[in-house]
Amino acid sequence: MKTLIIAEHDGQNLKGATLSAVTAATQLGGAVDVLVCGAAVAGIATQAAAVAGVDRVLTIEDTALEHTLAECVAPIAKQLAGDYTHVILGASTFGKDIAPRVAALCGVNQISEVIEVVDAETFKRPIYAGNAIATVKSSDALKVMTVRGTAFAAAETGGSAAIEAVTATVPAAKVRFVGAEVSESDRPELESADIVVSGGRGVGSKENFAQVFELADKLGAAVGASRAAVDSGFVPNDMQVGQTGKMVAPKLYIAVGISGAIQHLAGMKESATIVAINKDEEAPIFSIADYGLVGDLHDILPELISKV
Amino acid sequence: MKALVAVKRVIDYNVKVRVKADNSDVDLANTKMSINPFCEIAVEEAVRLKEAGVVSEIVVVSIGDKSCQEQMRYAMALGADRGIQVEAEGKVNSLDVARILAKVNESENADILLLGKQAIDSDNNQTGQMLAALLDVPQATFASEVKIADGKAQVTREVDGGLVTLEMDLPAVVTTDLRLNEPRFAALPKIMQAKRKPLEVKTVADLGVELSNSIELLSVDTPAERSGGIRVDSVDALIDKLRNEAQVI
Repeated sequence: MKTLIIAEHDGQNLKGATLSAVTAATQLGGAVDVLVCGAAVAGIATQAAAVAGVDRVLTIEDTALEHTLAECVAPIAKQLAGDYTHVILGASTFGKDIAPRVAALCGVNQISEVIEVVDAETFKRPIYAGNAIATVKSSDALKVMTVRGTAFAAAETGGSAAIEAVTATVPAAKVRFVGAEVSESDRPELESADIVVSGGRGVGSKENFAQVFELADKLGAAVGASRAAVDSGFVPNDMQVGQTGKMVAPKLYIAVGISGAIQHLAGMKESATIVAINKDEEAPIFSIADYGLVGDLHDILPELISKV
Repeated sequence: MKALVAVKRVIDYNVKVRVKADNSDVDLANTKMSINPFCEIAVEEAVRLKEAGVVSEIVVVSIGDKSCQEQMRYAMALGADRGIQVEAEGKVNSLDVARILAKVNESENADILLLGKQAIDSDNNQTGQMLAALLDVPQATFASEVKIADGKAQVTREVDGGLVTLEMDLPAVVTTDLRLNEPRFAALPKIMQAKRKPLEVKTVADLGVELSNSIELLSVDTPAERSGGIRVDSVDALIDKLRNEAQVI
């Protein structure tokens, strides 16, 4: 048993999705190697080496890897995969982009969004927007999988893995990076925050969303949104929580003006405590909320902001 | 320029699934089936590219039994020119779907291959990336904007941190996200016209693909239900519950 984890990073920091992947790998047992690809990898490699449970950090440095595009990273993973029984990535957009490409290059299937490791070849994963849980068994010699961050706690620091530069052919990509619009925020990251305050269509406008942000800041919370709020242009896409957005499982999730479509519930129903604030007392969100408050959020939010 | 669009027949997104009593799978008997919403967005994007004069022909491909022709006809009503159904019974895993599509494309040689980012039944989010790998072409997953000019595609992608824009040589695989477009409604005359568009049926054997079935479905379970909680009647009561009962603030 030997697992290769493909590290996700932004050039500065190792991402939380990779720490969840390490936890899943340690549950499989066996050695855990982390592959760090990038244009300048020393800092990331040092961070990865300090993660408990990691045995070796493998680095490949090449200017072509600056944006860790799937077309470059997947062939590298394929060249290394022969030594491994499992390849794991976090189920982030980075992992979802790369993992299937690695699997297809290796001629194997891929297992997406694993939420439980039953044994080395058997895994549980949600299907139908989380309305059913499938237990699947892979007979492929190499298991390529993505793991959901909400189901595997981030691995702690305290490791001291060896760092080794490895050689692999970096293919000439037929893709060029043009640019990125990255949302900058001082708030906690949505996927790892203890408290998340999310707004939906009921918030009404981009301007009204300021109250959602204000409540979040009073609570030290991250801010999320339903698809309806994103589609209405209240907030950017990276705040969307749900089946096709981000998966969150904070200690406290406050849904404001969100009706609770199953696609949204799929992204947040693992939260420990759920609060729903909605003027429609029939809204489906109340059926899963621990505490429901029926009323006009434009009255409730200012009061809540002033009292918490 | 030719566009190839893959579509999947899935449970309608408004229908709540039930798990079968024997936990072997979900129960799809007498359930409303539709085109996967992300596939519909892929068809719409191809039609828009054709209306813009970029694409000249749209080929829609689906894999499944005869019933998937319903969704192919729907794609043709939206504007696809012809269809290829690859006959297959039961579940076909993502790698096999990608292999089949790659084989189909050997004779089609599409310049752009449009797929939904994921199907809402299996929620895998794999096929487009696998197809790109097998064809050794670039991939743009989770697309929210596609521009094609001078034999290149410029695609904006929705990623965890925000938006990323890539430029890639064609052919390329693009997988669609929700905000790429809003699919039109199929008008009745178009639905009638679609019935007369060419639809070719091939078998997996015709294409020389051997299905792998390396992923076995052992069981399907209903997730632990969250029981609904209580209603509070005021902000003060809510804060009291969160502080003293749930102890989360």
